[in-house]
Amino acid sequence: MSEPIVVAERVGKRYRIQHQRDRQPYVALRDVLTQAVGQPRAWWRARRRQHLACEDFWALKDVTFRVAAGEVVGIIGRNGAGKSTLLKVLSRITEPTTGRLVLDGRVASLLEVGTGFHPELTGRENIYLNGAILGMSRAEIVRKFDEIVAFAEIETFLDTPVKRYSSGMYVRLAFAVAAHLEPEILIVDEVLSVGDAEFQKKCLGKMHEVSRGGRTVLFVSHVMPAVQSLCTRAIWLERGAIAADGDVDAAIHRYLSHSPAGAADGPAGQVRIGDELTLDSFEMSPNPVETGGRVDFALRLQAMQPARVEHLALLFHSIQELRVAIVDLREAGAPRTLSAGETWALGGSIAALPLVEGDYRVGLGVGTTAYAGDHLGLIDLRVAPRHRPGGHVPYAAPYRGVVELDYQLRS
Amino acid sequence: MRVVIEPGLASANYWRDLWRYRELLYFLAWRDLVVRYKQTVIGVVWALLRPGLTLAAFVAFRRLVGAGRSDAPEPVLVMAALLPWQFFSSALLEASNSLIGNANLLSKVYFPRLIIPLAAVTTALADFAITLVLLGVLMLVYAIAPSPAVLLMPVFILEAFALAVGGGLWLAALNVRYRDFRYIVPFVIQMSLFVSPIAFTIADVPERFRAIFALNPLVGIIEGFRWAILGVTPNVPAVVSSMVITVVVLAIGIYYFRGTERSFADVV
Repeated sequence: MSEPIVVAERVGKRYRIQHQRDRQPYVALRDVLTQAVGQPRAWWRARRRQHLACEDFWALKDVTFRVAAGEVVGIIGRNGAGKSTLLKVLSRITEPTTGRLVLDGRVASLLEVGTGFHPELTGRENIYLNGAILGMSRAEIVRKFDEIVAFAEIETFLDTPVKRYSSGMYVRLAFAVAAHLEPEILIVDEVLSVGDAEFQKKCLGKMHEVSRGGRTVLFVSHVMPAVQSLCTRAIWLERGAIAADGDVDAAIHRYLSHSPAGAADGPAGQVRIGDELTLDSFEMSPNPVETGGRVDFALRLQAMQPARVEHLALLFHSIQELRVAIVDLREAGAPRTLSAGETWALGGSIAALPLVEGDYRVGLGVGTTAYAGDHLGLIDLRVAPRHRPGGHVPYAAPYRGVVELDYQLRS
Repeated sequence: MRVVIEPGLASANYWRDLWRYRELLYFLAWRDLVVRYKQTVIGVVWALLRPGLTLAAFVAFRRLVGAGRSDAPEPVLVMAALLPWQFFSSALLEASNSLIGNANLLSKVYFPRLIIPLAAVTTALADFAITLVLLGVLMLVYAIAPSPAVLLMPVFILEAFALAVGGGLWLAALNVRYRDFRYIVPFVIQMSLFVSPIAFTIADVPERFRAIFALNPLVGIIEGFRWAILGVTPNVPAVVSSMVITVVVLAIGIYYFRGTERSFADVV
């Protein structure tokens, strides 16, 4: 292994979670003052209590790794495992609470394409602005300007404000600027999840080019095939700690076959949906279910205030965050008007669940006259392999895709 | 380039980084200017209309209340005070809202955070440059030749800049934590209009109140501007005390900002 370019030693990041009704991290000085002046003793007591009510949450703990120059490392893990926090610490957006990091080179991070784009400015103006924000010098931007424009394919719209761009053009331009950074260490978060298939291919190509150019890349993604094709090594984070670090295929395999400790069989308590509704219960059984088996579901909504539910659907996602299927629940009685306090219980069954074994996440998409939102990952649904007596040993699940087709062979 | 990240050690390369990111400062200020003039129909005219109308109101006010005679033509006298006040107030207001307005940058990219309020003040400085034209026109109209003291003008512009940066840094950092500073700052600015010698001069203030009056650092800056533009002898104690206060405000502003800066991304 050549000289490490990134060294992380026992890096930890602690967040204080306050148990308050509204979890806004900032406070209104007005409230602090009125309380402190009006009832100084009560305020002082509340202050101390609040301090006790703070809960420490370690988004990262004892993360230690080294990355050699030129390595392309994937960082994988489920949502909330600490991937984004790690990237934020690495890119110096937030400070670690413990530990030490040494970066031997210029770092650029692509945490979200289009950061700092201003809708009123033209494409040309945004290239300069965005380049500067990402850490390029003006001379560098001038030198790469044509290349960026060509990559983004926006020649004819250079002097149009980006607010008039299609979302595809917008993303292309944003990625193009970022892709032409030339730092020694490039940190990439989930950029490939945007744009159309054609453009994603182009992005992947560009990433390959970057990594072949000897640059060190830290790449976070939920898209396992992308990680597999780009990276030689993967670090799997689980609950803020490194669960596996090594060869990319081995790490991904371990990650995908890992059963989350304390998997949610359903939401623990009420889930708030907009200002009008709560989801009081949501269950699927059996869980785990066998491929091709029958699965029943039931859920109960309650209205906090009068609401008219127009859209309702179960949303199935793979752990790569790919939407696999939905169950349209509108047939169960939508649109339905609920008065305050009224509940709506509904259920049904899927006769034969055609999913390849693995972990899936089931959520709920809800639309009322006042609200529309997807609440993903309310249930972790585990699909177990179907027993098939005799025959060949089935290929590994990741190889088989998502859908288990019901097919007949002739020979 | 080697970067070491440790808790509490983010400052090691801070000032060097600030220098490296100077182009970002330029681009952010440029962005705010371009956007402002693109979004308003009358654009640059607005930058002239605002001080022009304020000037008319103040001159009318002076006539109405029959303020003390002045040696210089009234419009020029008022304008020489209005310019720095308007620069300071818009710089302070924009700087104090700048961090919140750029929250998406704070939580997505690293750069020395000082750049953001600095860019806001720089934007206000560009507007100030435009209003200088108005002053030039007035001086032509009233046939006032600049005195040699006009060479001191950059000193007082720099002082107003430093005062706005100092106060702006402090308020911007407070604004991240306590959102109601959004309401406090406009009020402070409004008050500053009344306690600054814009429609009057420090000579109109009773002798025994002058020392207290001069605690407002804007008094010294305005005195300085009148000195530079009209060549009138300034109130030296006011000018000196204002410079001292400016340095203190700037130091406190930077100190407070640097102390809270590292938690911005977690809070904003």
